[in-house]
Parts: sequence; structure tokens; C-alpha cells
Amino acid sequence: MSEFVRNIRLWFAPERVREEGGTPDYRFSLANERTFLAWLRTALALIGGGFAVDQFLPDLRWAARVGLALALLAAGVLCSLRAVNHWVRCERAIRRGEDLPASRFPAMLSLVVAVVAVAMVVVVLVGWEG
Amino acid sequence: MTAGPGPAGRDPGLQPERTRLAWRRTTLSAAVVAVLAVKTALHGGASGTGVVLCAVCCGLWLGFLRVAHHRIRTLSAGSPPPALTPRHATTAVLCAVAMAACAAVLVV
Repeated sequence: MSEFVRNIRLWFAPERVREEGGTPDYRFSLANERTFLAWLRTALALIGGGFAVDQFLPDLRWAARVGLALALLAAGVLCSLRAVNHWVRCERAIRRGEDLPASRFPAMLSLVVAVVAVAMVVVVLVGWEG
Repeated sequence: MTAGPGPAGRDPGLQPERTRLAWRRTTLSAAVVAVLAVKTALHGGASGTGVVLCAVCCGLWLGFLRVAHHRIRTLSAGSPPPALTPRHATTAVLCAVAMAACAAVLVV
């Protein structure tokens, strides 16, 4: 947990990332930046999905609609926070010449998206019946 | 990674250009979220809270655009381009998180 707190401090302190290790080939940094942006787009897509559930499934019961929307929004928030955390960790690993950090997050996100998708199918079908 | 910047000072892999386009794509995604937020906020008549959240989401998008524009200018200014600073990365992420918070208020 203290590792996580230290990472959070790094989010705001550019000079501290720069102090560690050597300056890498700028192309590695740019590739890391693009990966960060791709995760941020994923997060924005999840947030947009939350809005879409609210707007385009108006016949659902209130609880199902709000539950699905909040699940997607929470996934979006988690994904964006994790994006910046992973970017800081990768940047530091590149500067120190270490291996890049391994992560379980992509697998977990896929599972969550799959569960939400199945839930949405069920909810829409049930909504039609009723 | 042997091929450095070419004789003309241009990276044959076009890395800064690709990064610039990635920022553009991300800004576009944020714009889609902002438009959805405006649609949700103004759906079925504008309430006081709706208008305020609408303005907040547009402001957040402008904040994101500012970060993206600043980064794109930095990318095209220097060769080799400096790395993204954590402050900008965190600002971009906080814009997304704040949009999600607005969304949660609008949905509930």
C-alpha cells in the first residue's frame, strides 16, 4: 500500500520521476504516453457507455438502469486512475532499465466488461418481457 | 532501436506525429462524452442542476483540450521531444474522473 501512496505522489511531481535513472530513448517515452492515452480513451468510452445506458435504455426499471450506468462509470474511473498509475510505473521502470510492471488489470477489466455486457442482455430481454 | 532521427531531423517512425494523433483521438473521445453529458443534462427540460453540470462538463472538456494542445505544441517544438510530465497526465485523468462524477450525479 505504501508503494501505491508513493506512486500517487509521483503523479504530481515531474521532477521526481526525472531524478531516477537515465533519460531513455524518447521513443520509449512516447510509446508509453500513447499506451496511457489508449487506456484513457478506454476509460472515456466506459464513461460514455454509462451515459448511453441512461439515455438509450429509458424503458428499464430505475434500479437496473442506474445500477448498470454506475457500474460502467465506476469502471471508467478505475480505468483512468489505473492508466496514470501504470504510466508512472512504466516511465520509472524505463528510466531505471528494469522490466516493465506486470498487471492483472487488463484481464480484470475484460471480465467486468463481459459481465456488464451479459447483464445488459439479460436486463434488456427482461425489460421487453415486462 | 538503431534508427535515430534521420539526416533531416525527422524520426522515420513518425513517433511524435503518432503521439499527436493519439492526443487528438483522446480529445475527440472526451468530446463525445461531453456531448452525451449535455444531452443527458438537458433531456426533458433544463433544470438548474442540469445547466450547471452541463457547464461543468464543457469546462472539463476545455481543460482537457488545453492539456492536449499544450502537449501537442511541446511535441512539435523540440527535437527530441521531452517526455510527458506527470502533472499533465494527472490533469487529463482528473478531467475524465470529474466527468464521471458529473455523470453519476446526472444519472442518479
